[in-house]
Amino acid sequence: MDLLGFARGPALKVALAVFCLGVVWRIVGFALLRVRRDLDIPRTSVFKYTCGGLLSIGSRSWPHREFIARTGPGEALGYSYHLGLFAVVLLFKPHILFLGSLFGVTWPGLPSSLITIISVLTLTLFLAVLFRRVTHPVIRMLSNFDDYFSWFITMLVLVTGLAATAHIGARYQTLLGLHILSVDVLLIWFPFGKLMHAFYIFPSRGINGAILARKGATS
Amino acid sequence: MTQVNELTVGEMLLKAGISRRGFIQYCTAVASAMALPPWMGPAMAEQLRNSPRPSVVYLSFQECTGCLESLTRSFAPTIEDLIFNTISLDYDDTLMAASGEAAEAARAKAMKDNFGKYVLVVDGSVPTGAGGAYCTAGGRSAEDTLREAAKGAAAIVCVGTCAAFGGIPFADPNPTSAWPVSAIVGDKPLINVSGCPPMPEVITGTLLQFVTTGRVPDLDEHRRPKVFFGNTIHDRCYRRPFYDQGKFAKTFDDEGARNGWCLYELGCKGPTTYNACATIKWNGGTSFPIESGHGCIGCSEPGFWDEGSFYSPLSAPAWGRAGETRPLQVLELAAAAAAGGAVLGAASAGVSRLRQHRVEQQADDTPEGG
Repeated sequence: MDLLGFARGPALKVALAVFCLGVVWRIVGFALLRVRRDLDIPRTSVFKYTCGGLLSIGSRSWPHREFIARTGPGEALGYSYHLGLFAVVLLFKPHILFLGSLFGVTWPGLPSSLITIISVLTLTLFLAVLFRRVTHPVIRMLSNFDDYFSWFITMLVLVTGLAATAHIGARYQTLLGLHILSVDVLLIWFPFGKLMHAFYIFPSRGINGAILARKGATS
Repeated sequence: MTQVNELTVGEMLLKAGISRRGFIQYCTAVASAMALPPWMGPAMAEQLRNSPRPSVVYLSFQECTGCLESLTRSFAPTIEDLIFNTISLDYDDTLMAASGEAAEAARAKAMKDNFGKYVLVVDGSVPTGAGGAYCTAGGRSAEDTLREAAKGAAAIVCVGTCAAFGGIPFADPNPTSAWPVSAIVGDKPLINVSGCPPMPEVITGTLLQFVTTGRVPDLDEHRRPKVFFGNTIHDRCYRRPFYDQGKFAKTFDDEGARNGWCLYELGCKGPTTYNACATIKWNGGTSFPIESGHGCIGCSEPGFWDEGSFYSPLSAPAWGRAGETRPLQVLELAAAAAAGGAVLGAASAGVSRLRQHRVEQQADDTPEGG
């Protein structure tokens, strides 16, 4: 079995199994945690603080007016590379075919040349994100192995994908094999690292927003 | 190379009324058709003109004769040019007039007279199961014949994917325990001309290049001549712009197929297949499979028969024996993994709750200020 066969065969199978197991493990483990009863008197009704929680998912996904000068550039950077990743992962035709063969559903994609341009831009933004992480004193202090490895593995997927598309560095099947193998590693790492924020981010914003709304804070 | 044929190629051509200039022009055209460097034409002509025709022994083992069928359709050089003017095809049990003991005697004589100098061409894989009984000629197994013939060969040219990589006989479950030639003979210069069948001009071109230069050409990691196997079909495909534009045919008779869009979605293996189909093309440069509307099946690559469906896109996962993944398989896997995850999640939450409970109990038991 060659590298490509291994990457899209047994390795992908194991990676998908670990991904599903890990994600459900973390979500169920989190959902069933014991929550201390809040003995404080609610400042508003259950309906209102639930709505407050839902509203905060939206309001906290946008820079606060008072801090926009300080947090805006960072958030713009974050949004840009997430949008780039979205386009590259979900709108590149071979990826759509890959996902289609897994889930049985396909959708229209973007021209491959446009995806290549978006990939290069996303790659540049990724480097900018790393630069910001290592130069910003606070973010640097908050960063650990998890942050750097999550960055590295996502970057590796992008780089190997670009190399495979452009046939740079090795034979196509080797590059495609490396690309799919890097996706396998990402899938295995995903539930156990900070990439899991993809599942946690909105529920945690909602729960925090609801707790604060219960205390009478606005979203 | 000195051979049984006493006349040199040049002398033979002169007898046939072909001028030196005409012969150089012919060699230049052949070199050009084979995408060889421009200086190779005159060099080939000079080498051929002054040499006797080199002896070639062609052995057919576990194969379908498609490779030989392909060889007979070579346009540059033609098979007639090759076997009458350039090489001395001393044994080929399909093409030769002799049969039985006379044919075997011709092979033995050619191998004896040209020991260490003849080119051994092998077509087909070598079955080793049942003591070699799956493929015998003249009462001898393919393996025996190959080992004997390989001893005196200057080089071995494996024609076709069966000889080069085992091919269809080697594919799972390989009922005859077939092997490629390289697994049986490892101590000789070996050139693989893979394909199912290989391109005729690639076979003749490789033979011609070896007999004229006496050297094994530059080979890739699968021992294939780089001059023919240096690029992927995808790299040279006329449909490549449609791949770049994201335009793909979805069925063999939809609008995309009629417009000549990329066949990637229909399982084309062009991106992973190294061959000259898209440049030299078949039938004298008429077309190649993709031009006829079918995706490349990757027949010149090792193990192409076991690499999953010809109609699954390259990026598709390849699981299971058939090499295809169906959404149901994924769902089953995901459901099993998710169930395991749910049990683990519940267990870890339970452990956490127990720990919390113990901590609270300890806090309750501790007297205030203690």
